[in-house]
Amino acid sequence: MSKKLSRRQFLTYTFGGTAGFLASGMLFPMVRFAIDPVLKKGAGSEYVETTMTEAEITDSPKAVKFTIHRKDGWYQPPQGEEQTAWVFKQNGKVVALSPVCKHLGCTVNWNSNPQFKDEFFCPCHFGRYYKDGRNVPGTPPAKPLDKYKTKIENGRLLIGPLEKA
Amino acid sequence: MLRAIYDWVDERLDITPLWRDVADHEVPEHVNPAHHFSAFIYCFGGLTFFVVVIQILSGMFLAMYYVPDIVNAHPSVNYLQNELAMGAIVRGMHHWGASVAIVMLFLHTLRVFFTGSYKHPREFNWVVGMLIFFVMLGLGFTGYLLPWDNKAYFATKVGVEIAASVPVIGPYIATFLQGGDIVGAQTLARFFALHVFFLPAALLGLLGAHFILIRRQGISGPL
Repeated sequence: MSKKLSRRQFLTYTFGGTAGFLASGMLFPMVRFAIDPVLKKGAGSEYVETTMTEAEITDSPKAVKFTIHRKDGWYQPPQGEEQTAWVFKQNGKVVALSPVCKHLGCTVNWNSNPQFKDEFFCPCHFGRYYKDGRNVPGTPPAKPLDKYKTKIENGRLLIGPLEKA
Repeated sequence: MLRAIYDWVDERLDITPLWRDVADHEVPEHVNPAHHFSAFIYCFGGLTFFVVVIQILSGMFLAMYYVPDIVNAHPSVNYLQNELAMGAIVRGMHHWGASVAIVMLFLHTLRVFFTGSYKHPREFNWVVGMLIFFVMLGLGFTGYLLPWDNKAYFATKVGVEIAASVPVIGPYIATFLQGGDIVGAQTLARFFALHVFFLPAALLGLLGAHFILIRRQGISGPL
């Protein structure tokens, strides 16, 4: 900024400032509206009962289905959403692994590929995990499978939210 | 900084003539409210365009949440209005803007009429303006159905019945508008398509023609 502000510059700044103020007043509500999902907090999930009894949990992973109820914007499926967890006992403790591959979110399956016995296998990019959920080094996933929190009540398995890693 | 970026681009692409041709032109004294305050009546055309820009922008944002389907249309509108931040404002802009656009367009038409600006050699631009008017009414009519509430449903039913009263081709027009025998799932889908694709495209084309003709023929002289 040198010496005096010319009349032309003054008008340019005044006009530009006013126009910018008006434009932002118009754009702010629309942008805020569009980014609302980013700023919304996800609802915490509760424990859900499953059909599996404590006695049925063995050392080898079994797929357990459970149903969660959540609202997706304006839509909530009346029958809920069916989810799966791989449940087994490890050193006497119940482990429930999420079937969502940590590479790019496909679904892993236990012991589904004859080439990789006793591993979780993801068909999308051949991601592999050991039984305890640790990713096999050298395969696409960079992290172990997520674990669900679990509870046993009245001899029945309950599945809660995912554990924070 | 901005200046340097502009100069860098301008040196290569010579963009200055492009915007100068659009933005830099004489405004005659008789249409400048700074000279004669009554000249504000010449602002209505520009205001109509400004409101149209707001309609396009707010409509684009509404389309991020709206679903054109008879099961989800009303719940999605209810959601975007009541459960999203600023939803009532963005939908309000589109709702009130729709009326304001028609009002501004009407005032602009009155100004053109009473200043005699439609006369030789500008007859053709009057025709283009009338086409814009009908497209805008079409946008209003198709947009009214989209919330899929009772008011929307019966307004559309009435509108379709009016169209059906046209001699000979009336029933065909009604079936075309409904996409079937009733105002229902297919009507909502095609009104949505008309509202967000066909009519806005027609509107932008006509507005382009309108503005090119104004620049070709100049603003009509003082009374």
